[in-house]
Amino acid sequence: MARRDYSLLGPDGARAVETGLAAAEWYHTDVPRKVMKELMQRSDQPAIRDTILLYGCMIGFASAGIALWGSWWCVPFWLAYGVLYGSASDSRWHECGHGTAFKTAWMNNAVYEIASFMIMRNSATWRWSHARHHTDTYIVGRDPEIAIMRPPAFVKLIGSFFGIPEVIDFFPRMIRNALSGPTAEERSFVPQSEWGKVQRVALVYLAIYAATVGLALWMQSILPLMVIGLPRLYGAWHHVMTGLLQHGGLADNVIDHRLNSRTVLMNPISRFIYWNMNYHVEHHMFPMVPYHALPRLHETIKHDLPSPNRSIPEAFAEMWPALRRQLAHEDFFLRRDLPPGAKPYREDFHRAALGEMPDALPAE
Amino acid sequence: MPQWIRACATDDVDEEDLIRFDHGGATYAIYHSPEGDFFATAGLCTHENVHLCDGLVMGHLIECPKHNGQFDYRTGEARRAPVCVNLRTFPVKVEGADVFIEVP
Repeated sequence: MARRDYSLLGPDGARAVETGLAAAEWYHTDVPRKVMKELMQRSDQPAIRDTILLYGCMIGFASAGIALWGSWWCVPFWLAYGVLYGSASDSRWHECGHGTAFKTAWMNNAVYEIASFMIMRNSATWRWSHARHHTDTYIVGRDPEIAIMRPPAFVKLIGSFFGIPEVIDFFPRMIRNALSGPTAEERSFVPQSEWGKVQRVALVYLAIYAATVGLALWMQSILPLMVIGLPRLYGAWHHVMTGLLQHGGLADNVIDHRLNSRTVLMNPISRFIYWNMNYHVEHHMFPMVPYHALPRLHETIKHDLPSPNRSIPEAFAEMWPALRRQLAHEDFFLRRDLPPGAKPYREDFHRAALGEMPDALPAE
Repeated sequence: MPQWIRACATDDVDEEDLIRFDHGGATYAIYHSPEGDFFATAGLCTHENVHLCDGLVMGHLIECPKHNGQFDYRTGEARRAPVCVNLRTFPVKVEGADVFIEVP
């Protein structure tokens, strides 16, 4: 296969549309309607509990960090605050963007807007980019949320643990959005009716950051930026650590989420920060199931899925060598075994759509 | 020429749920509201042509199973992004234990 072109306006995206790979019908495990209806049911209670806990902890950690500012004792409090600000905001943005976290719409929208600001994503733009991510998950030239492109850019990946490439991208983009609305690429997936909203959101973000920087200059201290802005850098590591595992080292240009997504069993603290998105095959296969029901969904369909990785280190041990191998062999991907009795991977369509995609190379 | 077609029996659809009905090369969704009334819309979401029959009915809303866009199935009105275009609706009547929809 020729070198991948990830541009949303490039030839790979156009080819995916021509071949029917874009907006295709994806594989789903059979789940009885009655069971699925029960899994899809919405509830405010789990997300209200988690949101009170999240914002309560953030206020507590930031207060302690401010009170102890000037001594080394403030460091652990800022590190804890940073992870909640710069990583838990990613999963809140995600779940509330789907509208599944809460039953009540305004609660989803309120948490979505706050989380979007904290994770430095224009809330109007990213709602649409994520819709595309679900339509065309890891379809090259179609999915705007491919975290690990091939060949992997390791320097950028490591920088992402500190939020560096994302923040460098965010501020010029925010200013461009504030001045002239969405960019040309953004206009390829944001409907025209929303372009004005993209601009208004960027103006609000710009005003908040300008006020924060102004306060820091007036105080002659970075303390205001420790509360707003900088945690996106010093607290990003957890959401990058978990986020890279979602699809890293797995197939692209396929229409079976079992081939391109990864489920990883995690400790309870990471699952709270990540809001159960470690059940990622399940989430992509059935995105209307709320985060709090994903463990039950996993139990329901695990007979049809590759075995989950049993821990974050185990998942990295699987993914990282695959990424290194993609440096030399761009087409390499991990193809995990399915349990006995599972439906075979849907590969017939992939081959036809891609003009005979090469087989996965054997794992190292 | 519009015609009335039997779509299903009344007890084929649970309350606050929907089923798929295909006829004449077109696909429809038949809804049973919490009040016991029946409604019919086009079967595919206006956003990305995903069939709504796998979605979730909440009160008078149908949520698309792919991107969580929502419509009011009584009017077809698009109620939540990413859906922007309203859903087409069709007249429904109940005769005895049968549900009929008027199709074009």
